[in-house]
Amino acid sequence: MSNKSLQLYWKKNLRYLLILLSIWFFVSYGCGILFAEYLNQFSLGGFPLGFWFAQQGSIYVFVILIFVYVYLMNQLDKEFDVNED
Amino acid sequence: MEVQTWTLLIVGITFLLYIIVAIWARAGSTKEFYVAGGGVSPLANGMATAADWMSAASYLSMAGLISFMGYGGSQYLMGWTGGYVLLALMLAPYLRKFGKFTVPDFIGERYYSSQARLVALICAIFVSFTYVVGQMKGVGVAFARFLEVPFTTGILIGIGIVFFYAVLGGMKGITYTQVAQYCVLIFAFTVPAIFISLQMVGNPIPQIGMGGTLENGTYLLEKLDQLHTDLGFAAYTSMGMNDRVNLFFITAALMFGTAGLPHVIVRFFTVPKVRDARKSAGYALLFIALLYTTAPAVAAFARTNLIQTVSDKEYAEMPAWFTKWETAELLKFEDKNGDGRIQYLADASKNELVIDRDIMVLANPEIANLPSWVIALVVAGGLAAALSTAAGLLLVIATSVSHDLLKNYLKPNISERGELIAARIAIAVAVIGAGLAGMNPPGFVAEVVALAFGLAASSFFPAIILGIFDKRMNKEGAITGMIVGILFTTFYIIYFKPQLGGPGLPENYWFGIKPEGIGTLGMFLNLIVALVVSRMTAPPPEKVQQIVEDIRIPRGAGGAVDH
Repeated sequence: MSNKSLQLYWKKNLRYLLILLSIWFFVSYGCGILFAEYLNQFSLGGFPLGFWFAQQGSIYVFVILIFVYVYLMNQLDKEFDVNED
Repeated sequence: MEVQTWTLLIVGITFLLYIIVAIWARAGSTKEFYVAGGGVSPLANGMATAADWMSAASYLSMAGLISFMGYGGSQYLMGWTGGYVLLALMLAPYLRKFGKFTVPDFIGERYYSSQARLVALICAIFVSFTYVVGQMKGVGVAFARFLEVPFTTGILIGIGIVFFYAVLGGMKGITYTQVAQYCVLIFAFTVPAIFISLQMVGNPIPQIGMGGTLENGTYLLEKLDQLHTDLGFAAYTSMGMNDRVNLFFITAALMFGTAGLPHVIVRFFTVPKVRDARKSAGYALLFIALLYTTAPAVAAFARTNLIQTVSDKEYAEMPAWFTKWETAELLKFEDKNGDGRIQYLADASKNELVIDRDIMVLANPEIANLPSWVIALVVAGGLAAALSTAAGLLLVIATSVSHDLLKNYLKPNISERGELIAARIAIAVAVIGAGLAGMNPPGFVAEVVALAFGLAASSFFPAIILGIFDKRMNKEGAITGMIVGILFTTFYIIYFKPQLGGPGLPENYWFGIKPEGIGTLGMFLNLIVALVVSRMTAPPPEKVQQIVEDIRIPRGAGGAVDH
């Protein structure tokens, strides 16, 4: 693989990381901690919203984030022909 | 049948299952012993990782802690799951591509330095050992309470079981036993939760039931908030009394610590491909999330149930479980105003009931009047959680000794067979050592666990991340960073933990950060120091920069290779 396409592959990978980790930060530290009190005014069924994010929502989002990452990287590996089979 | 008989029966069956699996999956080579031959499917590895990760503390203590902390308990829920996102995105695939056996392997080679390897080795052993002592103690307590054998005998049975399958099977035996243990523990945790959810809100899914309505139409959480405020506690779902800075810092320390713990990282060496390492982290978190999203529901149900059962009720009319836990001295009632009723209040001078938080998961099925086989199942689940975590940790200790210390440091020309024998002896010694320490645990085990997370966050995590994402990082930077991170974190924790003999007072906390959360600051300190020092010293050799290039692309990941 040429040096240039390796750099491009890595750059795209870093961009995915940046986006996914921003969401990771936002749901846990953001919705679950920093803005939790504000969000608690709203409710989701019987849950105050901030509380839901801290004890349920953030965990669901974490799981989804990893599977989205797996999908994106598998596509990217194929695109740059660095996949393993 | 009685609870006692059920317990013996169910625990016996599960133990037999683990032993059969262990015999079937015994290890024949060092590669099988260290990384299960690198051929575990991502799904099985995900389950094994989940069982490895969820300790007696997650299983038995966490829901109880949340039950008493309300919103504050969220730090454990987010902290012990969020780290897997970091693992999947920033560590697992690259370390799998790197393709060695241990974390000190990576540190030693990426930073072309045997000192770096030694620092990593000592941290790995220290972190794993403090952790495993707590697990052995948990095993002893569970046996003692439910099979009514002495505490020491309980630990001896635990040692016997772990000894058998860890020494025989190495990582291969441990991995497949952990798959079985995951199934037992998740079944045992969710079944009572489903029963209780049905009972209280008529919904079989606890995660949803937690936000459901009680018979009279009010929301469960609303009712719980009401009960709390009536008794003078802060509302269960409000962040109010929890301090935000510490919630933030402790959550972060647990997340970065998770991503830096050697016994977690090593799991991703066991799958065949880079792609599998990514997927396996996803499965692991999915399986962990099943328990971690059920736990807060259990916490809220148990809290509501408990308050409704005891608050302002006649002491003489308490159900049988109340007396049972009273005998075990985990419940204490003192009738301060002499009216024969239980006043459970936030105000310590008027409160008459003291409850040990650890009993919540175990007592919950009894409080909800569930059949006795469910209670027995909960005990088997607790034992599965403790045993699986203990085995994973012991393997890290044994590998560190036989592979990192002996093979790479003291006796490089040791034969494969010799190394395998050394690994088995090391694990045997570690099991017995941990058992003995568990029988007579230093009173500060719980405090030392905070240190383990702090150390993992402030030493391993930055060193590995920089090793992958910063090609310019050199050994000077990484080693200085690790040492600064470790020393800062250790001193802060020791200084501010009275249980460790520290003289520090809470009012002198830096920025108000509790010792449990300081690993986060230690991690940033490590990052900054490492970056500054590396830019002032020579870049790493060409060969090392090539390694970094190489681990960034998936193609070409062979099995884990020896050197």
